[in-house]
Amino acid sequence: MWLFIIADALTFSAILMAYTYVRLATPNWPMPFHFFPSIIFSTVMTFCLLSSSLTMVMAVDSMNHGNRAAAVRWILATMVGGGAFVALHLTEWLNLINNEHMTPFSNAWGVPLFGGTFFALTGLHMTHVIIGLIYLSVMAIAVGRGKFKAEDVEVSGLYWHFVDLVWMFIFPLVYLMSARI
Amino acid sequence: MSNHAEAVLETESAGTRTFIAVWLALLCMTVVEVTLAYMRPPVLVFLTALVGLSVIKAALIIAYFMHLKFEKLSLFLTLFPMLIFCIILMLLMFMPDSGRLMVRPQ
Repeated sequence: MWLFIIADALTFSAILMAYTYVRLATPNWPMPFHFFPSIIFSTVMTFCLLSSSLTMVMAVDSMNHGNRAAAVRWILATMVGGGAFVALHLTEWLNLINNEHMTPFSNAWGVPLFGGTFFALTGLHMTHVIIGLIYLSVMAIAVGRGKFKAEDVEVSGLYWHFVDLVWMFIFPLVYLMSARI
Repeated sequence: MSNHAEAVLETESAGTRTFIAVWLALLCMTVVEVTLAYMRPPVLVFLTALVGLSVIKAALIIAYFMHLKFEKLSLFLTLFPMLIFCIILMLLMFMPDSGRLMVRPQ
C-alpha cells in the first residue's frame, strides 16, 4: 500500500503543480468561490475528512486491541464522514454547473482551463474517496464476520489517510486561492 | 496484572489523546488557512503560507495517523525520494518563470 501511495502521491503532485502553474500564468483566472456555498461547503468537507481520519485511526487502534465490534463501529463512522464529503462535493459541483454554468470545457468567465483543471482535480480526488468508501465497506463487513487481521485494517487506514492528505493540498490551492471576497 | 492493565490503559489514553491533539491541530491550521484567504495577502506570501501549512498538515497526518513516526527507518527511507521529488515539484512554483508571473503587476 505504501508503494501505491508513493505512485498516487506523485500523480497528484504533478497535477497540482501543473494546475498551480497554469493558474498563476493566467492573468484573468476566475475567482468564483463565494463564501456561501463554496467556501463554507469546502471547509465543512475538510472537517468531515479530518474527522473521518480520526475515526479511522480509532478503528485501527481498536483492532490492535482485539476489539472487532468497536473497530467496525469506527469504520462505519469513517464511512459516514466520507459519505458526507462526497454528498457535499456533489452539491458543490451541481451549484457550479447549474448556477455558475461551469463545465469542464467552458464557463462564463472565458477561461476554459478553469473548469477543466477544477473538475479533473476534484473529480480524481472524489473518485479516490468513493473507492475508499467501497474498500471500507468491504473491511467493515469482513471484520464484523471475524475475518482479516489488524494489519489489514491498518492498510485500509493508510489509503484513507492518503485521500485525506491529498485534500489538504487541493482545498487551499483550488478553493482558497480562488475565493471571492 | 493490575499494573499491566493500567499500563495498557495508559498507552490507550496516551494514544487517543495524541490522535485528538493532532486532529485539533489540523482543524486549527484549516481555520488559519480560511482566515488568510479573507485577509488577502500578496500572492507570493499567500501561496507560501498555504503550501507551508499544507506541508505541516501532511507531515502530521503521515507521522501520526499513518503511523510513520513509529515505523522502521527503512520504510521512511523508501518514501524519502518521493518526498524530495514532491518538494522539488512545489519549489518549481517559485522558480524563475512562475516567480516572475507571481510578482508581475496585476
